[in-house]
Amino acid sequence: MTHKSANVEVRIPSRLGYEKVAMSTAASVAKLMGFREDRVEDLKTAVAEACINAMEHGNRLKEELSVGVVLSAGEDALEVKVIDDGKGLKTLPAKPDIDKKIHGEEDPRGMGMFLIQALVDEAEWVASANGKSSYVRLVIRLDSPTE
Amino acid sequence: MQSETKSRVDQLTSPAGHPVSVLRFEGDIASTSKDAVLGTYQGLAKDKFKLILLDFTKVDYINSSGIALVIQMLIEAANSGQKVFAYGLSPHFTKVFTMVGITKYAGLFPSQDAAMAAL
Repeated sequence: MTHKSANVEVRIPSRLGYEKVAMSTAASVAKLMGFREDRVEDLKTAVAEACINAMEHGNRLKEELSVGVVLSAGEDALEVKVIDDGKGLKTLPAKPDIDKKIHGEEDPRGMGMFLIQALVDEAEWVASANGKSSYVRLVIRLDSPTE
Repeated sequence: MQSETKSRVDQLTSPAGHPVSVLRFEGDIASTSKDAVLGTYQGLAKDKFKLILLDFTKVDYINSSGIALVIQMLIEAANSGQKVFAYGLSPHFTKVFTMVGITKYAGLFPSQDAAMAAL
């Protein structure tokens, strides 16, 4: 397969479990682009977590609101935008601390954004200007410089 | 949409003679898995079963809500003087568990035999 740019879009309802549809689609595109299996797995988890955040926090699990997932396959990178109807984040949460969690000083949840940042090459949260349609933008590169 | 999490418990004895409760999971580990993960663990008598081994061999998908359930189990185990170990994670989820620090509180093994030999 040649590396021409290509866009794929998926819309999923804000119902937990449907993040797997976006995850599978992202994995298919990444495989067509030639990503190694371990990077495909990284992408799957990052996309799933971004969709879960969009459903829970952006769309507040209102099923009538959908989450948009736009995959843009470029020459040497795949960009994924996960779009919801929320206002977006004002600040990013602190890095989770397993010791604090085990000792009850921090909520056991709250790993999603940390995982997204850890597993892809770029992660950017963009709050909307009009209070709607915020998104997270992920980039995963072929031949990542971090490896 | 999320596949139901199945779980069962096997009581084994390690080569060193220690009783080990093996919690075997199957399906997704996600927000809907509370009963399968925490409920199954909480069904074990905390004063009787001190070594817990989690079997993830048949688990394909774990998300952050599922990881939170595992952490909640680790909290309860730490408070009860139990030790938790795990095996059967894919290379990807081994990496994820290491990233979030779970490996500090739950030793990971590649197989049930390797885990039992160490307990």
